[in-house]
Amino acid sequence: MSDLIHKTAAQLAEMLAAGTTTSVEITQAHLDRIAAVDGDLNAFLHVNAAVSLEAAKASDARRAAGAPLSPLDGVPIAIKDVLVTTDMPSTSGSKILEGWMSPYDATVVTKVREAGLVPLGKTNMDEFAMGSSTEHSAYGPTRNPWDLDRIPGGSGGGSAAAVAAFEAPLALGSDTGGSIRQPAHITGTVGVKPTYGGVSRYGAIALASSFDQIGPVTRTVMDSALLHDVIKGHDVHDSTSLKDEWPSFAEAAKNANVKGLKIGVIEQLDGEGFQPGVLARFHESLELLKANGAEIVNVSLPSLEHAVAAYYLILPAEASSNLAKFDSVRFGLRVQPEGGGTVEQVMSATREAGFGAEVKRRIILGTYALSAGYYDAYYGSAQKVRTLVQRDFADAFSKVDVLASPTAPTTAWKLGEQLDDPVAMWRGDIATIPANMAGIPGISVPAGLADEDGLPVGIQFLAPAREDARLYNVGAALETLLEQKWGHTLLSQAPELKGGAL
Amino acid sequence: MAKAKLMDYDKALELFEPVLGFEVHVELSTKTKMFSAAPNNFGSEPNTNITPTCLGLPGSLPVVNEEAVRYSISLGLALDCEIAESSSFARKNYFYPDLAKNYQISQFDEPIAINGNVEVELPNGRVFQIDIERAHMEEDAGKLTHVGGSTGRIQGAEYSLVDYNRAGVPLVEIVTRMIEGAEHDAPELAKAYVATIRDIVLALGISDAKMERGNLRCDANVSLRPRGSDKLGTRTETKNVNSLRSVERAVRYEIQRQAQILADGGTIIQETRHWHEDTGATSAGRPKSDADDYRYFPEPDLLPVVPDPALIEDLRAALPEKPAERRRRLKADWGFTDLEFQDVVNSGLLNEITETVAAGATPQAARKWWTGEIARLANAAEGDAGIDITPAQVAELQQLVNEGTLTDRLARQVLEAVAAGEGSPRKIVETKGLAVVSDDGALIAAIDEALSAQPDVLEKIKDGKVQAAGAVIGAVMKAMQGKADAARVRELVLERAAAL
Repeated sequence: MSDLIHKTAAQLAEMLAAGTTTSVEITQAHLDRIAAVDGDLNAFLHVNAAVSLEAAKASDARRAAGAPLSPLDGVPIAIKDVLVTTDMPSTSGSKILEGWMSPYDATVVTKVREAGLVPLGKTNMDEFAMGSSTEHSAYGPTRNPWDLDRIPGGSGGGSAAAVAAFEAPLALGSDTGGSIRQPAHITGTVGVKPTYGGVSRYGAIALASSFDQIGPVTRTVMDSALLHDVIKGHDVHDSTSLKDEWPSFAEAAKNANVKGLKIGVIEQLDGEGFQPGVLARFHESLELLKANGAEIVNVSLPSLEHAVAAYYLILPAEASSNLAKFDSVRFGLRVQPEGGGTVEQVMSATREAGFGAEVKRRIILGTYALSAGYYDAYYGSAQKVRTLVQRDFADAFSKVDVLASPTAPTTAWKLGEQLDDPVAMWRGDIATIPANMAGIPGISVPAGLADEDGLPVGIQFLAPAREDARLYNVGAALETLLEQKWGHTLLSQAPELKGGAL
Repeated sequence: MAKAKLMDYDKALELFEPVLGFEVHVELSTKTKMFSAAPNNFGSEPNTNITPTCLGLPGSLPVVNEEAVRYSISLGLALDCEIAESSSFARKNYFYPDLAKNYQISQFDEPIAINGNVEVELPNGRVFQIDIERAHMEEDAGKLTHVGGSTGRIQGAEYSLVDYNRAGVPLVEIVTRMIEGAEHDAPELAKAYVATIRDIVLALGISDAKMERGNLRCDANVSLRPRGSDKLGTRTETKNVNSLRSVERAVRYEIQRQAQILADGGTIIQETRHWHEDTGATSAGRPKSDADDYRYFPEPDLLPVVPDPALIEDLRAALPEKPAERRRRLKADWGFTDLEFQDVVNSGLLNEITETVAAGATPQAARKWWTGEIARLANAAEGDAGIDITPAQVAELQQLVNEGTLTDRLARQVLEAVAAGEGSPRKIVETKGLAVVSDDGALIAAIDEALSAQPDVLEKIKDGKVQAAGAVIGAVMKAMQGKADAARVRELVLERAAAL
């Protein structure tokens, strides 16, 4: 297996710039890796080697002509299937969109193409991004590269597993309640949820519009920063995208320095309900930051107690409306009831056959929460909690520069272990959901392995809206400190994947 | 469709007081749609004016059309509404195949304009103030064509075709408050109200306002309150009313229908009703209750609309004169009688007459042409092709009459040729040789010939029986093919008779 797959995107960019390798070589190496190990992982739903190699050739031609589109021109990338693409099917992990080809590219896809990145394929996910384990994909679960019997997190388990297993140096994910950060924590990778509005949502198949945000999934903080620099910025097609001028996140990662940085530890996310190994690595990381000049204080965000409950009312409410368009009339699956039927009967049969159990559960919940007579009690109350969460964060950020917590309460669990208890799985989102409720940015950085099971643990940092750069600063600083301490990267400790294990 | 039993209108009004309410949808004539860059054109090939957003494709998002916001603010201001500092969109959720996303984006609890008022003048001169509750922005749905059935409706159809060209066309819905006190004038008020809204949006230039195309659509709410009761009756909402005349007829019909049901001891069902132009009746649509659950919630894909106060003031300054004010001004300027002016208003000819007067004709002459001969030609024209006569042409025609080139009779002939597209009145006079023969020589020759052909008439004239000259004048006019001034012919006949 070529060593090219173990390089970071930043290293590949340097090698391409120096002319010591080509995009075709890099792309082929990753395609070979996918061919070797993805049978076990199922991280990819779609790969088209010929199309990827064409893009790689075009990139090499630009390099040869001295006109690369960006530093990352020629570096491969995996794309979560929630993003629509014109040259690959876009299913959002659902049967109802099986084989559907979009007539347009998502804005972030256009941006990565315009930067010369080479799409490798579309990655697996929980159906319509509903789930924390990727077991709710209509196309079978993705497996965790650290332990094939375990889940890779979700909903973006495909993107995280692809990056963790060296199938791709970069991937795009979407984070509605933790779908980028939690899989990063579970797989020992880096994941960033940008400020709401920092990256265009146009072409991201909507789950909950007021929470959804597209972001980078990588192996290093610097790589996330480089990818974030490519995809950030206002989009005329997305009214909720911010018009801000953003600083260079790569610069923020490069100049990382935590001296004098005030870090608040969220009391409500430290202690009870969290696995000991998760907490041990969390506090170890904080000690390391403190030893290097950061100030650590405790802060309380009392409203977090109700955040999960509120989130699981607002999300299904928006999702029930967003998913109404899947009715067989214009695109996607169409199921004809026997003997024909009215349009209502065709819609009903299609949705019955096309949606999985978790999706139906949330549609029903959301429809109920928005119904006349229940709206105030459910959706209305949930929005009030959302306001309280936002206020708690505003208070906290008046005292500290960034907040910290474990990214999730536990390490990877076994496939099937939580499938019978959806509410337990929802509770696992306790640490990631608040950022989406408040629209603030968050990052998950590998913090080590839990002593009890040897599985990866992540630490999460949160920053005020528009201050994503602070995450790259603290994230890159911690990453460097930890790797210096360990003498290696975390992912180098993952078991070697041979392929054909299953 | 069997007509329901109807109570005599006057009898219905004796027993009940009609209470009205209107929801008028105005399609805005913006270049692009409410939430996408797709062209907002009528009559294109089906499903050609569309983007991923119009089709509700996965991943697509709406973006508010600023031109539509400006148009809506102008309309709100023209209706004397307050413009909201911040208004927002919501999703109205229901499944229907003409609705691409299976929700409509519409303003719900935070409309852009509230608390307005519009003055409506009835044909009998009565002036009515109608309170506007709100005017809000929303998107239109696509268009369904039901194929295979006999009625063109969904019942009995084999399949239906969907055209999403109209999906996302910007609409403003204007909602009145409850209208009481219209009494006998209720049907006329309904028509006059919709006509006033039409005049306002036309004056603003924000809609084509063609009811037959659905640019302007009226849902008429009608309920009856028994005399002496203060309790409101159950209302019906009549849809599909696509001409001013239908608005009037539909309201009259509902009053008569409901009165009969109530008098017979029945109850009115709260429902939508469909107006049928052919039968002149309404039929039951779907039951409607206040508890219709559209699961409204704030549209998370859009930010609130917060217009710049300076923009609002600019739009206010640019408002055209209100139709009611304009009518008062024109009536005074033109010096028409009440009856003459009402005739002009009811015929929708204010603009034509204004422009004809501006082109040089007197108001009375302009009025006579437009309400008389041109109206007759328009009525006679086949189908709705209409006739194409401009105010400038009418003014030119009148000028030709004033300078003696044309008699009224000749002018009518010229007008017909103008309507047939043969050119300007002056050009037609030249090419067709229709001008009055003012050469006395030619007239005298014709008169002498007529007199010598009728020696008995000549004798009578000579005897002082002047009225006998009529027969000669007729013969001369005939010989001149009408192109002579009859008064001048008469003078000459008497002169020649005396001389012979």
